[in-house]
Amino acid sequence: MSVTGMTRREWLLSDAPLTRRQARLGALYQGWLTFRANKLAMFGLVILILLIGMAILAPWIAPQSPFAQNLAGRLAPPSAEHWLGTDALGRDILSRLIHGSRITLFIVGTVALIAPIIGLFIGTVAGFAGGWIDQVLMRITDIFLAFPKLILALAFVAALGPSIGNAVLALALTAWPPYARLARAETLTVRNADFIAAARLQGAGPMRLLVRHIWPLCISSLIVRVALDMAGIILSAAGLGFLGLGAQPPMPEWGAMISDGRAYILDFWWVAAMPGLAIFIVSLAFNLLGDGLRDVLDPKGDKS
Amino acid sequence: MLTVENLDVWFGFPPDRVDAVRSADFSVAQGESFGLVGESGSGKSTILRAIAGLIDSWSGRIEVAGRSVTGDRRDRAFYKTVQMVFQDPYASLHPRHSVDAVLSEALRLQGMDDIDNRIQRLLDDVGLGRGFRFRYPHQLSGGQRQRVAIARALAGEPRLLLLDEPTSALDVSVQAEILNLLADLRAEHRLTYLMVSHDLAVVGHMCDRLAVMQHGRIVEVMTVDALRQGAARQDYTRHLIHASAGYERV
Repeated sequence: MSVTGMTRREWLLSDAPLTRRQARLGALYQGWLTFRANKLAMFGLVILILLIGMAILAPWIAPQSPFAQNLAGRLAPPSAEHWLGTDALGRDILSRLIHGSRITLFIVGTVALIAPIIGLFIGTVAGFAGGWIDQVLMRITDIFLAFPKLILALAFVAALGPSIGNAVLALALTAWPPYARLARAETLTVRNADFIAAARLQGAGPMRLLVRHIWPLCISSLIVRVALDMAGIILSAAGLGFLGLGAQPPMPEWGAMISDGRAYILDFWWVAAMPGLAIFIVSLAFNLLGDGLRDVLDPKGDKS
Repeated sequence: MLTVENLDVWFGFPPDRVDAVRSADFSVAQGESFGLVGESGSGKSTILRAIAGLIDSWSGRIEVAGRSVTGDRRDRAFYKTVQMVFQDPYASLHPRHSVDAVLSEALRLQGMDDIDNRIQRLLDDVGLGRGFRFRYPHQLSGGQRQRVAIARALAGEPRLLLLDEPTSALDVSVQAEILNLLADLRAEHRLTYLMVSHDLAVVGHMCDRLAVMQHGRIVEVMTVDALRQGAARQDYTRHLIHASAGYERV
């Protein structure tokens, strides 16, 4: 930073940025300041960073192999050797949880990538085009919305065959309709705005209007919604795992782990409770994060 | 430059159809500044939007630079000839696009080269310094936003500018600045203006000729000199003049 007599903070918060990069970084820094002011959201962010770190470093930080069985030491309670106890096959629950975080992140990440993009595309096209295109797309959305999400996902998995990939696909295919609705509503509020008319008058085609002008205004509320829905996605994934339609044994998927512990829930509570606790903490973290993101991104909450 | 003949504009379908403009006729010569005056709802902005191709429910004939236009389809040559400045500078700039993004997109769409220097020149033209280039709309005042909107309209070097009450959303001192800017730009770039306003004083300052509208009809077309001499022939025009004079005295 060659600007003399200016701290980095002043440079970032400058009202008259001199370069494109400074303007962009400044906007990001503003957002970060707003986000940081929300203590609970920071807490959620920290948990999620820990989770990601855990997933990346899983083979190194897990005390044992998640698949190593020890039938002599099965259903051992939490102790110094097995911090969170062992399950019905004598596998270390902590190690399984650590390795399971990879699966959880994979599911959540993939669904969070696919569903909002499908929803954004369908919703904005419907809202922007209007007329019969809108009618057709929104009736399809209604049909998807009419089914309970988990039941529809079950049907998909049953048809495709139980596996973690199919579970993700099924969840993504059932999660997009609310995003489409949201994106369509946002599109309707801006499609007749003067700045769209002005861009049209410069000769901008419908594709450019959609991608460059409408999407940026829909994405922020979608991101917030996704972050708040993450918890639900984790729970649905765990539900599929619990029903044996997601991850297959011996994969250490958290929902499947709860399912394994179900038989012993009264005498050996930790087998089901530990993965349940993990799901709870991660879901909570996503909810808190979503709350903080809403402060930053939702244009309706702007103070300016 | 611009000819409008027998223009009807309507919204909705019978029985709820509203006729916003009824058989409007006027023409604007090259280099002229023409005003459309009337109270709210008299259909003046609607005429601009029909010309710009933002409304497709119209009939009659609109001819720009010797070429007729149809419906809401316009070609590249039209966008290069005609640009518009909107009434509300708070609604006419994309909230997530910086000044730089707005202008470079307009220049790129208009097929310009040397974009970096052109942006600089456009900002100079509308009296905004270097420091404004990378700001976002929420970092600008109303007058500054309207200057950016004017710069955007000028990006493709148009010949006809449609001005839809460009100052009515601004406070009085800023209004004068923007009007002077528009007058200077017109002289400098030899632009033709079609300006909509409900303010007779503004039109008197900016225009050579004007049309007075009431209930979707043009009741009178006259020169500004005739307006100043009080040579209005129609009752409604006299009424309007009287009303604006009365307003000014208070």
